[in-house]
Amino acid sequence: MSAVVEMSVMEQVIHHLPALIIVLPLMIAPLCVIFRNRIVAWSLTAVTSGICAVIAACLLILVKNGAPIHYALGGWSSPSGIEYYIDISNALILLLVSSISTVVSVYSLHSVDQEIPREKHYLFYTAWLLCLTGALGIAITCDAFNVFVFLEISSLSTYLLIALGNERPHSFMASFRYLIMGSVGASFILLGIGFLYAATGTLNMQDLSERIPLVAESRTVIVAFAFITVGLLIKIAMFPVHNWLPNAYQYAPSAVSSFLAGTATKVSIYVLMRFMFDVFGTNYSFSQMLLSNVLMPLAVIGFILMSVVAIFQTDLRRLLAYSSIAQIGYIIAGVSMATQAGLSAAMIHIVNHGLIKSALFMATGCMLYRLGSVHIQSLRQLISSMPITVSAFAFGGISLIGLPLTAGFISKWNLITAALEKDWWWLAALILVSSILAVVYIGKVIQMTCFSPITTENNQSSGQVISEAPTLMWVSTWILLLASLYLGINSEDFVALTQQGANQVLGGFK
Amino acid sequence: MWPLFILDELNPIWAILVPLFATPFIAILGEKCRNYREGVILIAGLLTLLVNIIMFNGLQNGTPISSGEQVLFAGLSLKLSAEPIGVLFALLASFLWVVTTIYSIGYMRSHNEKNQTRFYICFAIAIAAVMAAAYSDNLLTLFVAYEAITISTVPLVTHAGTPAAQRAGRIYIITLMTASIGLLMPAMIWIWFITGTLDFVEGGILGSANLSPTTLSIILGLIVFGTAKAALMPVHGWLPNAMVAPTPVSALLHAVAVVKTGVFLILKVIVYIFGIQTLSDTGAANWLIYLCCATILIASLIALTKDNLKARLAYSTIAQLSYIILAALLATPEAIVGGGLHIVVHAFGKITLFFCAGAILVSLHYKNVSDLDGMGKQIPLTMLAFFIGALTIIGLPPTGGLWSKLSIAVGSLDAGMIFPVGVLMLSSLLNIAYLLPIPVRAFFLEKKEPQKSQFSSLQTDTSTSTFGIEPLACKIAITITMIACVALFFYAEKITDVLYTLRF
Repeated sequence: MSAVVEMSVMEQVIHHLPALIIVLPLMIAPLCVIFRNRIVAWSLTAVTSGICAVIAACLLILVKNGAPIHYALGGWSSPSGIEYYIDISNALILLLVSSISTVVSVYSLHSVDQEIPREKHYLFYTAWLLCLTGALGIAITCDAFNVFVFLEISSLSTYLLIALGNERPHSFMASFRYLIMGSVGASFILLGIGFLYAATGTLNMQDLSERIPLVAESRTVIVAFAFITVGLLIKIAMFPVHNWLPNAYQYAPSAVSSFLAGTATKVSIYVLMRFMFDVFGTNYSFSQMLLSNVLMPLAVIGFILMSVVAIFQTDLRRLLAYSSIAQIGYIIAGVSMATQAGLSAAMIHIVNHGLIKSALFMATGCMLYRLGSVHIQSLRQLISSMPITVSAFAFGGISLIGLPLTAGFISKWNLITAALEKDWWWLAALILVSSILAVVYIGKVIQMTCFSPITTENNQSSGQVISEAPTLMWVSTWILLLASLYLGINSEDFVALTQQGANQVLGGFK
Repeated sequence: MWPLFILDELNPIWAILVPLFATPFIAILGEKCRNYREGVILIAGLLTLLVNIIMFNGLQNGTPISSGEQVLFAGLSLKLSAEPIGVLFALLASFLWVVTTIYSIGYMRSHNEKNQTRFYICFAIAIAAVMAAAYSDNLLTLFVAYEAITISTVPLVTHAGTPAAQRAGRIYIITLMTASIGLLMPAMIWIWFITGTLDFVEGGILGSANLSPTTLSIILGLIVFGTAKAALMPVHGWLPNAMVAPTPVSALLHAVAVVKTGVFLILKVIVYIFGIQTLSDTGAANWLIYLCCATILIASLIALTKDNLKARLAYSTIAQLSYIILAALLATPEAIVGGGLHIVVHAFGKITLFFCAGAILVSLHYKNVSDLDGMGKQIPLTMLAFFIGALTIIGLPPTGGLWSKLSIAVGSLDAGMIFPVGVLMLSSLLNIAYLLPIPVRAFFLEKKEPQKSQFSSLQTDTSTSTFGIEPLACKIAITITMIACVALFFYAEKITDVLYTLRF
């Protein structure tokens, strides 16, 4: 302990950053309840998320320039205490989650005011901060049981957030469906972790990774592997177990959809990567358990089928939700290649898709704020009344399709070259087919918002003049879009960073 | 970090920035100050033209001009440079932008089109994208510009807002984008995967990769069909549909800028990515040559059957574009030069014809060929210009069409193929059959009984005017392009000289 005392204040702060990023939102959450004021709660949420984002950026710089960070929580070193482990892959996730939370919470001021009764606002922001804590905790921890704990924190608060949606019976049902599916997933993960503990006697991921090879042949480990994989796939909303997601995203308050779309599933994908490559080991997961043979077909069917389903949606939020499931397919396809290029492509797409899809949901939220409905038919000629919002949506859509100079292009390019590296020509072809499907479903929305004339029927129903969304809302939407544009144009460092991150994940704990 | 924006030297980026800088002014001035708005566009057009002329002179003096590089990642970058085909294309597009702007002032006003500001903004953005395509120094930059052109021209196609226009817009974006993402992008990734670069290099980059003729054929096929803007059958369907756009759009974009970007892409890829030596050694292009010949003949035959003037011109464009693709695929220096020349010559010829079609529409309100009998006296200038334009397309003196067709034919013989020469000659006959009757019947046939009585007053009012009843601005534009068609007969050598500086 004397070494810690000798450190300067600055060094101490830097040393404790990993704890700070979790403790801060966790401690601020009850403050929101104490103050019971919507503006205070809102500003606390935004500022806390912002500070978390700064901390995450610092952590990213630290691990980029140095070795991965091991942090013993409370000074109790592993295996007795809980250890936090930060390398590039999860520092990226931390930064993504906290930045999206910052931007979306700033955005939420107006939309939450419209969708949720004022007296519940402080509860909303409390739940938001807890959800953030959970998501950050899942990403940062190196303790298998702690993963489950944070997963539950984030899940419970997510159920609450979704149920706060103003489309009453639907929001409740959506939340309930997610609760059932989410609990099944969480119990599977818990069972898996329990089996692992039974087989190895430890919960620390690094210890697990050392001990699992000794008992790899035992049925306990195999069962644990199966439970954890399936449990995580449910939380990821991977293709056959995706059913909770469209309802949840459609009926949640628009700020919540935006937040979840960029963060919730992404964090679970990170955990999947961590367990498959590091805890169980690449060799065990992909050579012995042949995980790619399961994941790859599901991913491919997912991104083709869900893109087709998205084409036929009539509600914009539902369309985007199905598109999300399809995009998750891309990421999982990248993961299941189990190569450096594939993992790097997956990480690139996690970040890019997080930014783009959040921005798209935010733009949709802006439309919802003014129109009261985002049924595709009700969006006719919206460009003349809400040009900034519609152009934001169009820009995000183009990025989703993956045209060059957008972030989506960088993702697709890396994913396709990763597939070619493995000589998987069919996968490259299918990815392009699904991009064309994205042209169709995004094109459908753009055509409706920009080129379809207003029918008389529409004119009668909306008597009032529709104006542009509140400044705060469209500004924050565009901030995310500009961030993704920056990544699209100037992605050299970012791609190099993810490659470094992929190497770390493949190399196991250091 | 942003080397593209180093502006202290002569840099092709100016050609892109000038039209882009004009857009906010166009938007601010708007419909209320429409004279100033169109003044801004003309100034921007002349400035762009000036930049391109400076580039052209720089090229003749042998100074290599290129912009900096904006690296995306792993060897992918955006960069611009001035090379012969590109500079010619940029010069052509910017010159015709000025002429078309003059023309649209007359056309859009007398047609009382709505949303003219949006029209001019999208037009300027499309031109900026065309400039980016012309000066692109690698395939990625060209691809980016290609997609930007697609997106910026959709509002122009759907300008009328009618169900037909929307349908056309849908076909337009789905065909062009599906082809480019589904075929062109994989070809690009494939090339990058094989060679690790997408740069345009003299002599090509695929030659050293020792690919089998089959692989080369597949990549070439992906590129030729992926570039749906080049309208090779069967990816030509969008072009006749896009004719619902206002005539200036059909004239500049769907006869010059957009479609020529397509053939320009194919030409550049064959010269700088495949290398004509590689292509002619392996014979990878042969199957596509036959397809081009088929497109030329079929499109010409369809053009014969069309009564709607713009539709007829659209099918004629499809046939003429295939001349250029054919020239590129023949992969002999003579053919490449012929193809480059044909880009220029056909542009002037076809834009003249479209200008005439638009002038007929605004002055007489006729869209169909069959209505034009005996109309020559009312619109003599237009019909004369139509005649000259038709001669250019057919390839008869005194127009530049002769030289480009001749070069392509010679190039075909160089490649040891006699078959395309026959197709070219047959196609010329077909061109005569579907284009020449229009001015001939207009001048020499008696006028039909006017069925549309509502225009009779209009016709009697103006029949005394010696120069016809078209808007003045249209007449100016038509005269300029008509003179250019003839001038190309005498000065085609200037263009071929530049093209012969290409090192294959």
